[in-house]
Amino acid sequence: MEASKVIHAIYTDDDVLMSAVKKVKAAKHHIEEIYTPFPVHGLDKAMGLAPTRIAIASFIYGCIGLTVSIVMMNYIMIEDWPQNIGGKPSFSYIENMPAFVPIMFELTVFFAAHLMVITFYLRSRMWPFKKAENPDPRTTDDHFLMEIPVHGNIKDLEALLAETGAVEINIVDKEEAH
Amino acid sequence: MYTLSNRLKIFSVALMLLGALGWFYSYSASHVSLDEVKTMLAEEASHSGGHGEVADTHALAEESHAATDSHESGGLTAEAHDDEHAEHVMHQIHNRPYSALYVAAFFFMMIALGALAFYGIQYASQAGWSPVLFRVMEAITYYLLPGALIVLAIALWGDDHIFVWMNPDMVNPESADYDALVANKSGWLNKSAFTIRALIYIAGWCAYRYFSRKFSLAQDNADINDNRNFKKNFRISAAFLVFYIYTESMMSWDWIMSVDPHWFSTLFGWYVFASMFVSGITVIALITIYLKSKGLMEFVNDSHMHDLAKFMFAISIFWAYLWFSQFMLIWYANIPEEVTYFVTRIEDYKLPFFGMLVMNFIFPFLVLMNSDYKRIPWFIVMAGIVILIGHYVDVFNMIMPATVGDRWSIGLPELSAVALFLGLFLLLVFYALSKAPLLPKGNPFIKESEHFHY
Repeated sequence: MEASKVIHAIYTDDDVLMSAVKKVKAAKHHIEEIYTPFPVHGLDKAMGLAPTRIAIASFIYGCIGLTVSIVMMNYIMIEDWPQNIGGKPSFSYIENMPAFVPIMFELTVFFAAHLMVITFYLRSRMWPFKKAENPDPRTTDDHFLMEIPVHGNIKDLEALLAETGAVEINIVDKEEAH
Repeated sequence: MYTLSNRLKIFSVALMLLGALGWFYSYSASHVSLDEVKTMLAEEASHSGGHGEVADTHALAEESHAATDSHESGGLTAEAHDDEHAEHVMHQIHNRPYSALYVAAFFFMMIALGALAFYGIQYASQAGWSPVLFRVMEAITYYLLPGALIVLAIALWGDDHIFVWMNPDMVNPESADYDALVANKSGWLNKSAFTIRALIYIAGWCAYRYFSRKFSLAQDNADINDNRNFKKNFRISAAFLVFYIYTESMMSWDWIMSVDPHWFSTLFGWYVFASMFVSGITVIALITIYLKSKGLMEFVNDSHMHDLAKFMFAISIFWAYLWFSQFMLIWYANIPEEVTYFVTRIEDYKLPFFGMLVMNFIFPFLVLMNSDYKRIPWFIVMAGIVILIGHYVDVFNMIMPATVGDRWSIGLPELSAVALFLGLFLLLVFYALSKAPLLPKGNPFIKESEHFHY
């Protein structure tokens, strides 16, 4: 485990934070992470984060759900125990398909929604019994925290952050846990 | 400020002339005699190699048309049956130009009405993103008054060529064509009640449109702190939406569902609403993109287009949901008098029936799903054109099976009727656009709308 120094700059307003992020980025500093009590619209773009790929994942999960429902209903209602659906005993999948559409829809949504949430949690490194990475409990209430790794001149960076409206600037040793 | 260019004027007038010519030609060509139909049927039979097929489809058409036929006696000779079939086909051929004209007229009226509902919702919800688009919506709804009156005129002139219940024999117990079910409904389905209701709908919609446009223009010239016109617009929009959702539903029974007077569906009004809503929003998007490409609507940004495309996407799904809800219940229950509606469509209208599902649901669903594509103008235009064609086919599928049965085609009468009303629609809408500045600068939400950012 390697220890490195990071600066924690704390803000009390999301608009101030947004303009601070833009100034810090303009001064060519790397922002490691920002902790906020609620989602701040446009923050990902301002930080220069790569666009999320969760939509693609969601589409794939939806396709999986659709496939599962088709295969499942074919097995349950047509193959394993052929059912007389709506008084039309054709025992053909395609002819009974309209009856399965609600199930296709539900399972598509079910798979897309649940797997997307699970993916999001895993991708955000959140799972049960995990110790919170959150460096300051106030960020769950009304404070915003910007974490910047320190390379080179600390004084300049501190001055820049103070100028952007940070209410508190701390230099802490961070243990690399991952 | 947009000025109506000569090129557009000439283009739309030419479309109307061509459409009128084409339609009159097909109208005069449709007056076939019974003997001609018999020769035609004999030829078809020899081509298709069997009479069975024709008789099959006839039997189906009969089911939906049991109204017009007194076809219960099983003792008819084959010859008499053939004669009756030929007469039936002759009527279907006669009906086609009327129906083609009616479908196209209704389709363009529906665009204007859908845009009016969308406009009303923007005012009633005090939406902040959309005021930059208000003048486009107001221009589209300008077509509503002439468009709706034309639909009514065609309905009354078309008479039992379109609405079989308008035939007085159907409610006359002495007549061979007497139909007890239609006679039972004659309290609602009679010509004078139909006309009075239609005039009430049209008067209500157009009165709202007239005052809303008036207040919208007055708000432009009002003092910066004077929002009285906006407030009036808010109030009448809320009232209009209540009026609209009832009258739209009744309109859809009267103007569409009654072409099959034996059949009914309780969510038909919603279904037609989804169709007109998505068509109206699509046309708003297309006209906005056109004006923006001319550099006349620079204040419309990507986010506005994104929101319109989201509506196109969402309402296409909503349409599919209602289509399926209606289809599945009827398919599942399989009650003869209900299911005949879909049997006719699947047997005789396979391509338009399933093609419409692809165009109205699957295509926009896949094309407009990606968030980024909703901001690319040519993507919206492509999806929009397919959606509009799809909803034309939707109206086609609602009217034609009842009037022309399996004698349908998308040919000269249909295309020229579309050209005729497309020309009229373009001419009136762009004329209305040229009447007022494209930015409703007095709207209290205009700043928010101009800076709208998603």
